[in-house]
Amino acid sequence: MTVAIDRATGKRRGDRAPRPGPVSRLKRGYQKYWYAYAMIAPVALVLGVIVLYPLAYGFYLTLTDADSLNSARTIGVNEIEATWKFIGIDNYADILWGETAYDRFWSKFIWTIVWTAACVALHYGIGLGLALLLNQKLRGRTFYRLVLILPWAVPTFVTVFGWRFMLADAGIINSGLDFLGMPTPAWLEDTFWQRFAAIMVNTWCGVPFMMISLLGGLQSIDASLYEAAEMDGASAWQRFRHVTLPGLRSVSSTVVLLGVIWTFNQFAVIFLLFGNTAPEAQILVTWAYQLGFGQQPREFAESAAYGMLLLAILVVFTSFYRRWLNRNDQQLAI
Amino acid sequence: MSTSTVTPTAPADPPAGDRTPARGSRRRGESGPLARLTSHGVLTVASLIALFPVAWLVFLSLGPDKDDYLRPGGIWGKMTLDNYAHVLQDTNFFDWLKSSLIVSLGTTVIGVFVAATTGYAVSRMRFPGYKKFMWVLLLTQMFPVAVLMVPMYQILSDLQLIDSYLGLILVYCSTAVPYCAWLMKGYFDTIPFEIDEAGRVDGLSPIGTFVRLILPLARPGLAVAAFYSFITAFGEVAFATTFMLDDEKYTLAVGLQSFVSEHDAQRNLMAATAVLIAIPVSAFFYLVQKNLVTGLTAGGTKG
Repeated sequence: MTVAIDRATGKRRGDRAPRPGPVSRLKRGYQKYWYAYAMIAPVALVLGVIVLYPLAYGFYLTLTDADSLNSARTIGVNEIEATWKFIGIDNYADILWGETAYDRFWSKFIWTIVWTAACVALHYGIGLGLALLLNQKLRGRTFYRLVLILPWAVPTFVTVFGWRFMLADAGIINSGLDFLGMPTPAWLEDTFWQRFAAIMVNTWCGVPFMMISLLGGLQSIDASLYEAAEMDGASAWQRFRHVTLPGLRSVSSTVVLLGVIWTFNQFAVIFLLFGNTAPEAQILVTWAYQLGFGQQPREFAESAAYGMLLLAILVVFTSFYRRWLNRNDQQLAI
Repeated sequence: MSTSTVTPTAPADPPAGDRTPARGSRRRGESGPLARLTSHGVLTVASLIALFPVAWLVFLSLGPDKDDYLRPGGIWGKMTLDNYAHVLQDTNFFDWLKSSLIVSLGTTVIGVFVAATTGYAVSRMRFPGYKKFMWVLLLTQMFPVAVLMVPMYQILSDLQLIDSYLGLILVYCSTAVPYCAWLMKGYFDTIPFEIDEAGRVDGLSPIGTFVRLILPLARPGLAVAAFYSFITAFGEVAFATTFMLDDEKYTLAVGLQSFVSEHDAQRNLMAATAVLIAIPVSAFFYLVQKNLVTGLTAGGTKG
């Protein structure tokens, strides 16, 4: 490790006797790594100003009762002072075990978990299947790949509109189902079908990323492993189970984690598909946005409290996930 | 998929025990005609599913009437480009396009540059605090929009960056750069150290090594990072809606939203707008798509 650093930075080693002590250590660290720090400085600065400080401030907001009626604002020429006050953890208490907490938080929490699990499983399953197919020697492989990444290439807010047309009451999907003599669900009104439609659209949007990532992973598996397995008489399934899956492990663990994080926070699909019309199909992220920005008065503090809870859930999940990976002798690429 | 002539199956459906060793007639990596047919069949169906919603949108955008989406059969007889003409003439489409391009390209340029330097630093130099730094990068991916929106708004207005392109670019960078930096780190990890070393021996400065040797080699990774930043910035709705106030500075995503709320019934116009928006970004996508496969997973596969 030290060798690597020296190679890359070209810093001389050992021409100064190392002297313990925090100040000189700091100085030495600075001299040795100034280049690295300079390179990450822009990111650290931007993230610090635009993300970490707002996060701290947002956390502070969750401990108050701020909403759009008591925040500082300017109406015409009059400046109105902020009048919100500090109320401690009341927001969290109210969300987690206040009255109607089940309807407001827990039911949405369960739906968010179902949503995340279903979407990531479908993304991964379909993505892996398509990647396996695309990894063969097949005529027209490039063409298939180009078409299959289309849902990723077109911005989500555009494709979701397309889906809205298709899912509308007399849209193409219901016309088709009707033509085939099947029942025609009210995709955009009925709660169950809203959820179904949301998962379907998000699956459609998210498969290409998984497919391309896993395709890259498949291509990096050494072909001689397959040859050896075949020599030993492994069946197609056994080769898949014992060569392909282990070879994909590190790609998989990374994309699954990213998939969980992104799906959990997937804002655009549900927001654009339903707008404000589907309180039951809102996941926690869209619900928090709804509270803070989609209604009057805007409940800033409560919305931010939802956000902090979301973040906490993800952090806990990620820590367990990492621990689980470590136990299985795997390392996350990150 | 399968080398046995008797049961050429998809991986989900393992041949039960009979492994007729029919080698020799086929080369490794090629599969039987039935398996090939199945693959083609599945891929064709998947392609149709991937293509259909977009194609449908394009088709609907050609119908002149606002209710045509309910009677798609009627569109064939009266296809017209009127909707496009209407959108281009009567809305601020070009202003929106300009804002979108400024913001997206700004995010791409700044984001890729910053992500590349960061990724390089993290890949080559195990400086103290590097693990924590990577963890913070991952953490930023987890922030839900709702918790950041209000404080970000206040900070941006303190910095006079509300309703300015730079403000939006910085916000987008903060969402795109962490993932890109991680991606670039993965890519740099696959470039041998000996190249850095050779550069050093030949008397290049660290920055010279990075700019003149490593960056050209990392082109596929850079392409993916560029693509990801562009897509992120181009398609984002929530921040853009909140931070852009001036009608002329709307990005396309916001513009389309406002257009929708004004003309909710006129689906034909919406469809046309959506198609117009999809064109630049899809064009960009297909420019860089060749590098996607190698770039995306270079890091992941090393683990």
